[in-house]
Amino acid sequence: MRAPNVFATAIFLSLLAAAAPAKAQTPLTEGIQIGLSTDNVSITAGFSGADLTIFGSLENPDPLVARQGRYDVIVVLEGPPKPVVVRRKDRVLGVWVNLDSETFENVPVSYSVATTRPLQDITEPNSYKQLSLGASNLYMQPADAGDSPATIEEFTAALRERKSATGLYSENVGGVQFLSQNLFRATVRLAPNVPVGTHKARAFLFKSGLFIKESSAQLEIRKSGFEQSIFRVAHNYSFLYGVFAISLAMLTGWLGRLIFRRD
Amino acid sequence: MGIYLPIAEISVNVFVLLAMGAAVGFLSGMFGVGGGFLITPLLIFYNIPPAIAVATGANQVIASSVSGVLSHMKRGTLDFKLGGVLLAGGIIGSTGGIYVFAFLRRLGQLDLFISLLYVVLLGTVGGLMLVESVNALRATRSGAAPVLKKSGQHNWIHRLPLKMRFRASKLFVSVIPVLGLGAGIGFLSSIMGVGGGFIMVPALIYLLKVPTNVVIGTSLFQIIFTSAYTTLVHATTNQTVDVVLAFLLMAGGVAGAQYGAKAGQRLRGEQLRALLALLVLAVAIRLAIDLFVTPPNLYSLSAAGLN
Repeated sequence: MRAPNVFATAIFLSLLAAAAPAKAQTPLTEGIQIGLSTDNVSITAGFSGADLTIFGSLENPDPLVARQGRYDVIVVLEGPPKPVVVRRKDRVLGVWVNLDSETFENVPVSYSVATTRPLQDITEPNSYKQLSLGASNLYMQPADAGDSPATIEEFTAALRERKSATGLYSENVGGVQFLSQNLFRATVRLAPNVPVGTHKARAFLFKSGLFIKESSAQLEIRKSGFEQSIFRVAHNYSFLYGVFAISLAMLTGWLGRLIFRRD
Repeated sequence: MGIYLPIAEISVNVFVLLAMGAAVGFLSGMFGVGGGFLITPLLIFYNIPPAIAVATGANQVIASSVSGVLSHMKRGTLDFKLGGVLLAGGIIGSTGGIYVFAFLRRLGQLDLFISLLYVVLLGTVGGLMLVESVNALRATRSGAAPVLKKSGQHNWIHRLPLKMRFRASKLFVSVIPVLGLGAGIGFLSSIMGVGGGFIMVPALIYLLKVPTNVVIGTSLFQIIFTSAYTTLVHATTNQTVDVVLAFLLMAGGVAGAQYGAKAGQRLRGEQLRALLALLVLAVAIRLAIDLFVTPPNLYSLSAAGLN
């Protein structure tokens, strides 16, 4: 029931690079493309996490640089942004109580990264910051900017820690592999609790540590099946759902008495 | 076999839930209580979010109460009028409870409040019951006849105004304590996901002096409607009722209850009460430990703007 579902989402790009005149004296600027064969993925009730494969290609790669392996690609699958409250428990009279909290706006619910090499080997920390790339470089915007920087920093760290502990923020080093000079394959992890909604797949191309280009595509993740219908009814027709729950309970009680009566 | 709960949004084992329902059903049949006070903490121990455990517990209580009421109706041990007045109070209390529930959830203090209420109530009721039943056991061992309070005895409750006659219970009492008791139980029902039988039964016996044989049927009767109301309001305001979860618990529960009732007839009253008291205390202690032990994660995330 919990077998991992693996969806391979393939894109096939016209490999323009192959057609590009190699003899040109001034090398054309490199580009990167990803595309998805489908723009929505349905996950079923028994979903226990999976790997999502994204194919992409480089445009006009310099064969020399490619041979030396100095092209790096980082692929990110970013979940829909949502506001989130981080709460901290503290001891009050020996009892652990949620005391302080900090609200952040527009925090991506999930953030899965796949890279060709460890992040610190690809480029400088500063360029990650500028690109807001990587779970530890995502800017978390506090709803109340008036709070002390130390507090904000503490809760931001806690937010990141919780997200990666629950598998929502993940990093797959070596998850991007070049299949040829142009073609690469990225494997990003979908956590079992992956949120539904519009996810954004982004690919970043680096050449010898320098950021060259970015490309993105959108992906809709939906839940399907019987359980999802229940969830929808519970939210859209909550009164009828309540009546149904009560009727079901009364019927079960009555039937249980009929079937199992012992007096 | 795993199953995904649509509202709780986690995967659980079907057989664990069926067994949980059956075990609690067995105990509830044996002791004549709804079992909500056991189901909700068990669900919380099983990592179901407390808000969903509470609302689903209320739903589950309906099934076991219907099952119980049917057998009491057959025996005629049910006071519809008394149940009706308790119910009127229950609706008021439950409505208040739902608002408090939503408010605490917004503050992030709901889980704590639920645990605290459980520890205090279960600890108190369990402790009192244990003392009482141990005393009764000692008394019977030493050969002395148990001292029963006569139903004619009056206390301050019987001096309140607005008296009403309840024929089936042979009672002439003010409606104020009856409504108040109903409201209190309704409040607990919506916050704790319990039917409230474990408080209602002793309160009816000791405070209102309702004859013991009518108490359980009447209490179950009003619990059906209070829990149904609680379920409905939770479903509409908080969307926290998980029918799949509730159904698995009920299916196990109604089966277990009928066998439990049979088993209960073989045990003596004091022994039964002492066992129930120990069980109630064990749940209270387990919940209390969780309050004091340093949690593995001091930080928790929740969606902002949740109502």
